[in-house]
Amino acid sequence: MALESRIPSGPIEKQWDAHRFNLKLVNPANKRKYHVIVVGTGLAGASAAASLADLGYHVTAFSYHESPRRAHSIAAQGGINAPKNYSNDGDSAWRLFYDTVKGGDYRAREANVYRLAQVSGNIIDQCVAQGVPFAREYGGLLDNRSFGGAQVSRTFYARGQTGQQLLLGAYSQLSRHIGAGTVKFHDRREMVELVLVSGRARGIVVRNLVTGALEKYSANAVILATGGYGNAFYLSTMAKASNATAIWRAHKKGAYFANACYTQIHPTCIPVSGDYQSKLTLMSESLRNDGRIWIPKKKDDSRSPEDIPEEERDYYLERLYPSFGNLVPRDVASRRAKEMCDKGLGVGPTKTAVYLDFKDAIDRNGKGWIEEKYGNLFDMYHEITGEDPYSTPMRIYPAVHYTMGGLWVDYNLMSTIPGMFVLGEANFSDHGANRLGASALMQGLADGYFIIPYTIGDYLATTTFDPVDESHVEFAGALEAAQGLTERLLAIQGSRTVDDFHRALGKTMWENVGMGRNKEGLKSAIDSIRKLRDEFWQDVRVVGSVNGLHNEVERAGRVVDFLELGEFMARDALHREESCGGHFREEHQTADGEALRNDKDFSYVAAWEFGGDGREPKLHKEPLTFEYVKPAQRSYK
Amino acid sequence: MNLTLEVWRQENSTTPGGFVTYTVRDISPDASFLEMLDVLNDDLVRKGEEPVAFDHDCREGICGSCGIMIDGRAHGPQKGVATCELRMRCFNDGDRIVVEPFRAKPFPVIRDLIVDRTSFDRIIQSGGFVSVKTGGAPDANAIPIAKNAVDEAFDAATCIGCGACVAACKNGSASLFVAAKVSHLALLPQGQAERDTRVVSMVAKMDLEGFGSCSNTYACEAECPKEISVSNIARMNREYLRFNLITQK
Repeated sequence: MALESRIPSGPIEKQWDAHRFNLKLVNPANKRKYHVIVVGTGLAGASAAASLADLGYHVTAFSYHESPRRAHSIAAQGGINAPKNYSNDGDSAWRLFYDTVKGGDYRAREANVYRLAQVSGNIIDQCVAQGVPFAREYGGLLDNRSFGGAQVSRTFYARGQTGQQLLLGAYSQLSRHIGAGTVKFHDRREMVELVLVSGRARGIVVRNLVTGALEKYSANAVILATGGYGNAFYLSTMAKASNATAIWRAHKKGAYFANACYTQIHPTCIPVSGDYQSKLTLMSESLRNDGRIWIPKKKDDSRSPEDIPEEERDYYLERLYPSFGNLVPRDVASRRAKEMCDKGLGVGPTKTAVYLDFKDAIDRNGKGWIEEKYGNLFDMYHEITGEDPYSTPMRIYPAVHYTMGGLWVDYNLMSTIPGMFVLGEANFSDHGANRLGASALMQGLADGYFIIPYTIGDYLATTTFDPVDESHVEFAGALEAAQGLTERLLAIQGSRTVDDFHRALGKTMWENVGMGRNKEGLKSAIDSIRKLRDEFWQDVRVVGSVNGLHNEVERAGRVVDFLELGEFMARDALHREESCGGHFREEHQTADGEALRNDKDFSYVAAWEFGGDGREPKLHKEPLTFEYVKPAQRSYK
Repeated sequence: MNLTLEVWRQENSTTPGGFVTYTVRDISPDASFLEMLDVLNDDLVRKGEEPVAFDHDCREGICGSCGIMIDGRAHGPQKGVATCELRMRCFNDGDRIVVEPFRAKPFPVIRDLIVDRTSFDRIIQSGGFVSVKTGGAPDANAIPIAKNAVDEAFDAATCIGCGACVAACKNGSASLFVAAKVSHLALLPQGQAERDTRVVSMVAKMDLEGFGSCSNTYACEAECPKEISVSNIARMNREYLRFNLITQK
């Protein structure tokens, strides 16, 4: 199948408007006749479900949480970008577009990114109208702050809890519809199968996590907004339940998976401290506005940080990147931190950390000022480490945080399966090889509030639907497959736990498919993941049963998919013989250690078609052309 | 650290539950309370026993999924943290710790430490929103909002919906939860149009779901992981009274 990206023609600033005009509409009275399933109710899913219900569509939404308010969008800290130019510092949609394409290391679609920049201002308006309490100045107008990869202040924020406030906004609108009966919401349901009828997405099978029962739901279209797949690394800043099951099983049903190797490793996380550790905690990038990153110049300096004089410190980001300093993009900051620690200059008990120091900012503006801006983050750091960051520098190290890759979608956010749309982190669309800070909230809400409501109408209006309901034979087949998988897992009765396998996978991924990748490491990762997968199917012990609530059964199903996806990520990374953004191939770097792209051979989206169990996937290329932002070696110097 | 745990085990909502004693060994004081339970569960799974079911997700104190009564206190002995943020350094080697679900009539137990808190969602669905359709919102800076008003609204909006306030209250009242949402929206100009109907429907829904009344013990504020102030309850009562005395003639 050829990839049809459906990017409109014409000048980029007019494409979305022209496209919206050309999209077919569904008559208001007919909208209620169309049934749309939304899987996942984080920022992208909740905003989509509420907006589609506003239009009058018949919407059913699903979450594996007990409530949409628990989705991991809630943990986003720093902020959301919009080029409102309230700061009068020269911002515009063009500049946000430029920054995002460049920040993504020229591996994103220009048309998508421009549209994102264009609609992002409306998101702020919408959220304020919902009652989102963004930070304000004394005059009552909205405040902005700076984020990595930009030289303007365009980030709107609500202390260090912006994701929480935006999600509660979208949740409030979804709740309005659930209360009114215009959206039907099913909690504690995990999608386990996508159902296709005559090649179109017509429904899903979900597992009721309380009773264990499998349930069938049919619709005219299915929207997946199920988030990213960073938990393939086991330790990440993702929530514990975040998983790839919905997108991976949709991939196995025919949806192409794009750019799986583009993983964002966030530079400012609390370092790993012990084997018991279950997840990593992010310290918002916004801290780099006022914190200075440094390491001692001397190896194995055992003095406490306060005792190390100024001239014996290396503020390496300020030294290497004088114009962006501590605010270089995430991929650059992470890689440099790893490099310093690899050289033996790391700090803390495990020597895998660098300092993030607020002393200068506290001396300049006072402790109260810092408290107001970052109070909750400082408290969180204090809780976790037992150290007080007001008096001693934080210790930070990179951690897996976001996945830019995801299911391939066209300009309408439709996957290669007709009738299946993918929103938010689950798709691959807007961030290229590296996402800039404060852009994930922007993309999730842009997809849900302002893109899918238009584009799904075109699909529904131009498609002739056969009458299909849950009694269709395809539903029975999908249900049987899901039932069979659980029974097979329970029957193994081996000796190792699900968590053992997940941790082993995570270790291989972090070592070989993490911040630095090379051919040999990736090949060995593929081999060892295959071996691990074989062992899993022979020796895992899943405690529980088909019926009832069993955490181990839930986890086992997710780990089955991570064990396949992990290998797939390594394959994508192996094929991409260049470095770009979050994908750093050690063989491809400049003399001073920056990512070296190969635009001649790799300026494309790698969209993979599932090749069958145990078989290699098939590569399809969507060429990327840059008419407006000319690819150059990214420089933040 | 070595600890003895008395953990509430209950297979589902219809079978009666009871305490089971477990011991856990070599727990790092830097581990979180949930990571300590992970160690317990790992032991159980290795023995082929069903692990202790508990709700959790973000493990950084913001999703509101976790919520455990620890030695009779919602989220444990430390102030201002959710269970996932509670560190084992708050306990002593050799301690015996009682671990129970949040108990309240509107929070039925699903399994072990997991309770059903969807009654909270139904309260929000009854009015905890501003009715704005997508599209057509005015420019975000069109209505200035005083900084102190938005800061106060934020302090209320920071509620994570964990249910600690209900579990801590001897009456099982959801007043702090409801008041936090009522306050958040009543303090902002965007919330004004539905100010009256909101408080009335949310309070009615809270009663209907079976939550108790507020008798001003302040236990909710003491246990709230986000330290939301009981002054919000006073504001909710004022809003309610305002509607009944002034608006509704």
